[in-house]
Amino acid sequence: METAFAFIAQVLRISVPYGLGAVGGAFSERGGVVNIALEGIFICGAFGAVWGTLATGNPWAGVFTGVLSGMLLAALHALVTVRGKADQILSGLALNLLAVGATRSLLKVMYGSASNSPRIDGLPGLPISLPAGFEAIGELLGSPFFLLAIAAVIAGQVLLFGTGFGLALRAAGDGPRALDGAGYSVGNFRVLGVLLSGFYGGLAGAWLAMEQHNFTDGMSSGRGYIALAAMIVGKWRPAAAAAACLLFGAAETLQIRIHSDKLPSQFLQMIPYLVTLIVLAGWIGRAQPPKALGDPYDREAAE
Amino acid sequence: MRGVLRGGPSTMVRGGARWIAFGLALFLSPGCGGEGAKKDGHAGADGSAAKSGGTAPYHVGLVFDVGGLGDKSFNDAAYRGLQKAKTELGIEFEYLEPGEGSERDAALRQLASGKAQLVFGVGFLFTDDIKKVAAEYPDKKFACIDYTWQEGEPVPANLAGIKFREEEGSALVGALSALLSKSGTVGFVGGMDIPLIHKFEAGYRAGFLAEKADGKVLVNYAGVTGEAFANPAKGKELALAQIDRGADIIFHASGSTGLGVFEAARERKVLAIGVDSDQQAEAPGFILTSMVKQVDVAVFESVKSAKAGSFQGGVRVLGLKEGGVDYINDANNAQWITPEVKAKVEALRAEIIAGSFPVPSK
Repeated sequence: METAFAFIAQVLRISVPYGLGAVGGAFSERGGVVNIALEGIFICGAFGAVWGTLATGNPWAGVFTGVLSGMLLAALHALVTVRGKADQILSGLALNLLAVGATRSLLKVMYGSASNSPRIDGLPGLPISLPAGFEAIGELLGSPFFLLAIAAVIAGQVLLFGTGFGLALRAAGDGPRALDGAGYSVGNFRVLGVLLSGFYGGLAGAWLAMEQHNFTDGMSSGRGYIALAAMIVGKWRPAAAAAACLLFGAAETLQIRIHSDKLPSQFLQMIPYLVTLIVLAGWIGRAQPPKALGDPYDREAAE
Repeated sequence: MRGVLRGGPSTMVRGGARWIAFGLALFLSPGCGGEGAKKDGHAGADGSAAKSGGTAPYHVGLVFDVGGLGDKSFNDAAYRGLQKAKTELGIEFEYLEPGEGSERDAALRQLASGKAQLVFGVGFLFTDDIKKVAAEYPDKKFACIDYTWQEGEPVPANLAGIKFREEEGSALVGALSALLSKSGTVGFVGGMDIPLIHKFEAGYRAGFLAEKADGKVLVNYAGVTGEAFANPAKGKELALAQIDRGADIIFHASGSTGLGVFEAARERKVLAIGVDSDQQAEAPGFILTSMVKQVDVAVFESVKSAKAGSFQGGVRVLGLKEGGVDYINDANNAQWITPEVKAKVEALRAEIIAGSFPVPSK
């Protein structure tokens, strides 16, 4: 039982950044903007969180600056793709490279190393005492950031599928011409969608930083891409995407916990990526992306 | 690509799958990492030392391994050697942190083509590149820490390869773990899954089993690319999983990934063993000891001999006997390393040096 709880706690811990990222991705893509800049948003969020914590001494201020940093990169993506109508994938790739380069340069300037920041203390947990055997799960339930993450995922689902704003945002990605015809600005909604993805991605980056207690060069390690894969598996729905993240989290936990002298570790390292590819290939046929995903909206263009 | 995305729903979906796969592929391909931009533009020119009158001071260049400056471990040890050389020998130095997967040979060339008279590659990953670059710049000197070398293989005359018998120092901390573990289960977290790191694992296991034949060593590696030395988040989760399975002492040989191992030790109140540098300060109260590799001494001595004109190419191997590896035993860990414990570990050291306890290296 104890090991089962420890396993579940590890799955949840690993899934948090994926889940937040997947919800963020859903906001951007439901609005019609492909956002592979999510990877870079994670990195900016993590850097912002470490910087804010070191500058103020308050980890919650760090979470705030982390979110702002994520939104800053997202704002660039929105500027380039929505206002500039540039290719969304190229913009995302460029911003990912920018995020890595910029954080390395800032690290070097501020902390004297292009690879590692000093240590931060992270967020204190709430004092919850649970009977023996439940510590691992109790630690997580006592983590205010974990509760915040759960709330953020639920809020994302409600916002996108339960409000007029969500309906309009989805229209910007599914039928921008209709939204335009109804007198709304497609561009404004798309910008908001991308900014929301920056919010969630920045939060995910802050989580990574708080868990790891420092910033390491390129520390998102492809998590942004996994989050996007989960978003597709979850069919661009926040709650379902977050659930898909649990699958990826479980695959990674399995890889961490399986140890065998017979299986080469190279094979074990593949498990999470293999699961991602298999699930993507298997589910993709039934997934319906927003109809105008990837198309810059042009009012004057003919039907 | 836009054309693909402009297609009907089904082609769009395939387009979507394609770019996700592309992103994943970037991360799966070793040595690519997707960021050519990682090469650090600015050399950390630290060349203000020179208080010598007239002649220009001796100039040393150094390229760091994955994990980079501030890893509190391997790279920082090399940096300490440089700093010591600067204060004691009055040299100038500059360094580059190419990061994971970018062009190490370009970094070496950049330094060799500049002012540097001696160029270091810190880490086994430099082996092939430094051999090549040493041949291109025969009038410059080169040194490689953790040089990969097979007995009898030729080495350029202007290249010094430095190797350590990490298994010997690891055996000592393995014995220490066996003597101090309450659960009888300990853990090893390695960085990249390669023969160099297997030496730490093999030595640790041998030393541990010598003192506790029925004990258990849990082993995990963080990855199969250089990035495995710079992934603290992974290190933390690996260590937490080992602690869940009963480990109460964890030894890491994983560069800055080990910082995550220390976080796990802090959280669950178990002990960790540092590597390469004395890592006591990273988690005071939770670091049992550190298996130190005298990378700083090796760097300093290389600079000293090169500056004095007595530089010698070839390969040097440093073990317990040569003082190249050891474990930390000072006021910080006196609470664990009692005289009785120490006596047993020192007995093992004597056996290893005498050759009566052969330590496996894989």
